[in-house]
Amino acid sequence: MSALKIKKGSSRHSAYDLRDPNGELIERHTLAVLVENEPGVLARVIGLFSGRGYNIESLTVAEVDHSGHLSRITIVTTGTPAVIEQIKAQLGRIVPVHDVHDLTVEGRPVERELALLKVSGTGEKRVEALRLADIFRANVVDSTLGSFVFEITGTSEKIDAFADLMRPLGLEETARTGVAALSRGAD
Amino acid sequence: MTRQMTGAKMVIQALKDQGVDVVFGYPGGAVLPIYDEIFQQNDIRHVLVRHEQGAVHAAEGYARSTGKPGVCLVTSGPGATNAVTGLTDALMDSIPIIVLTGQVPTFMIGNDAFQEADTVGITRPCTKHNWLVRETSKLSETIHQAFHVATQGRPGPVLVDIPKDVQFASASYTPPGKSRTSHYAPRMKGDIDAITKLVEMMEKAERPVFYTGGGVINSGPAASQLLRELVGATGFPITSTLMGLGAYPASGEQWLGMLGMHGLYEANLAMHGCDLMINIGARFDDRITGRLDSFSPGSKKVHIDIDPSSINKVIHVDVPIIGDVGHVLEDILKVWKSRGRKTNSAAVGKWWSKIEEWKKVNCLAFEQKGKTILPQYALSRLEELTKKHDRYICTEVGQHQMWAAQYLGFEDPNRWMTSGGLGTMGYGFPASVGVQMAHPDALVINVAGEASWLMNMQEMGTAVQYRLPVKQFILNNERLGMVRQWQELLHGERYSQSWSEALPDFVKLAEAFGAKGILCKDPADLDDAIMEMINHDGPVIFDCLVEKHENCFPMIPSGEPHNKMLLGSASTKDAIGASGAVMV
Repeated sequence: MSALKIKKGSSRHSAYDLRDPNGELIERHTLAVLVENEPGVLARVIGLFSGRGYNIESLTVAEVDHSGHLSRITIVTTGTPAVIEQIKAQLGRIVPVHDVHDLTVEGRPVERELALLKVSGTGEKRVEALRLADIFRANVVDSTLGSFVFEITGTSEKIDAFADLMRPLGLEETARTGVAALSRGAD
Repeated sequence: MTRQMTGAKMVIQALKDQGVDVVFGYPGGAVLPIYDEIFQQNDIRHVLVRHEQGAVHAAEGYARSTGKPGVCLVTSGPGATNAVTGLTDALMDSIPIIVLTGQVPTFMIGNDAFQEADTVGITRPCTKHNWLVRETSKLSETIHQAFHVATQGRPGPVLVDIPKDVQFASASYTPPGKSRTSHYAPRMKGDIDAITKLVEMMEKAERPVFYTGGGVINSGPAASQLLRELVGATGFPITSTLMGLGAYPASGEQWLGMLGMHGLYEANLAMHGCDLMINIGARFDDRITGRLDSFSPGSKKVHIDIDPSSINKVIHVDVPIIGDVGHVLEDILKVWKSRGRKTNSAAVGKWWSKIEEWKKVNCLAFEQKGKTILPQYALSRLEELTKKHDRYICTEVGQHQMWAAQYLGFEDPNRWMTSGGLGTMGYGFPASVGVQMAHPDALVINVAGEASWLMNMQEMGTAVQYRLPVKQFILNNERLGMVRQWQELLHGERYSQSWSEALPDFVKLAEAFGAKGILCKDPADLDDAIMEMINHDGPVIFDCLVEKHENCFPMIPSGEPHNKMLLGSASTKDAIGASGAVMV
């Protein structure tokens, strides 16, 4: 047993100096959370993420079963495997949460996002934008002589790629829905 | 047959149907209709506190000492915001309480009305669940659901916010049996395969230890009985967190004492050196684990908890068992007995001789000499003179709390009320009020520090009004002792703002409230003074002047593992310099 060296004036031993013990790889998971459609339920979910310092990459919510008063929240989150497990357990604790599914663990889920992109320009840029939209199977849902609004559906990566291409062609505004996801195959 | 009644009457009816006998509260504009109903009945007793925080802590004290949920009633706005600390405290320590708040009428919500606050918004992160009731027809059902959620699974605080127009309007009352309870139904039985795995590990373990927590107490008296049976039958040593004291008796042969930052030497070293750790209803709190990467490095860990989010939150465990402690313990005993009650008794015997060596360090030793009372001595005498009584102990937060945990012995569950997770100074006094309401004939003592006690001293009014003979045992060192200790050990003895200046004369303060005050500063007078306190039929403020610079040991400095414990100056008095007792 040796004397513990605590320097006078040092605050290195503060209780608040605790490091994250799980320095592991960060994973990206898509969670489907079935909740009772009652006031404040989204605030509970979001408050959990902000209060405990978890990440939200995207979040979508809508009622999916009107008679059963159920909404489905699809959350894309990142974290170490331990953090992802903790997120699921914490979500499960929320009283109006009925079910938490980790779609990423249950098999590569079908993930789709919808985006609207406003691109303005004339001449060659306008033609190029239209041509690329065709390649990406984006639809024109509004057009003026100087602008288009494209509607595109796909994975987040596809939408990122399309937005990157549109940027030099006059991308002005983007609206994205966030990811909706379902597991593959019969349940 | 359905009965029509006003929302206000429904509140009282629902509380009666839930078996509530006491409500702690404070009236205000937005709860006047409910208070009008309270006035017109005699089944439920209302205790008028002096501050809403006091109401919540009193309800916590009531809940912890009875195992039943505690109930509070407060008004909107400031009434609700004053309840926030108590709600957070109850959430951290898993205490079932139901807080009913008044709210401005529904048509005024969102208009910044007088005494309006977004109560459900503010309390969302500090309740297990909360509700804003917008229709009288849903009020009774919501209150029944609130009791269900507060008490089922891992218990916790819930809040029901009731706008004033909902209290005035009439609807039909739904009795508890007819209420739609929510889908909320946590799992009680543990997985039998995991339990069998644990039993296999118990049969082979060479250096096992039970590490128990508040979950055993929350599970009910039967869980404590089963724990005692299991510990006795296996012969394994047992330690407990602050929250779990009393589940296993302090006089029990296998008791190692409390573990953790200010836990006993033998308990912490047993945790560090064990090869099988059986966590029953505890949560690997940072006050327990110390440094994570060297926490009990050589052990397999089993964790029994009703809350799946407790599993692997801090410490990775080898065998998780999700379920109610009582149910799981019953199954463990069943499986273990059916397999022939085996343990590796030779190895466990060796383990015990190692533990006996650690016990010889006598880490709680102190020497009372001179004319100043040592806090350890004060508590040892308090223990000696009160242990035969039907006794309940509350504490505030700080050094005195740790000394109380170390020097007082708890023989039964529900006898120890302390703010563990949140560490709320000002908890103990109102909690003692709640405990005494539930146990009118018991000896209820709040072990306090003078600084903590001042935080909710207004509750003297409550204690005197309801003739609650609560004993406020204040270890007065005129310091924020724990803050001072950390400043001494970790901040170069720069005692920034950690002394209590301009303290009241506690004897006169007691007298001003119509209570009794006792001052004691001489060790020779202590026993008589404590007896005087016990024998006085009424609330007492006991001002015990103690050594101002005493530190609380043993201590695991933050960020250090269990085996890097500091022991006190009493055991190493020749080996330490003048600047302080920083010895391992």
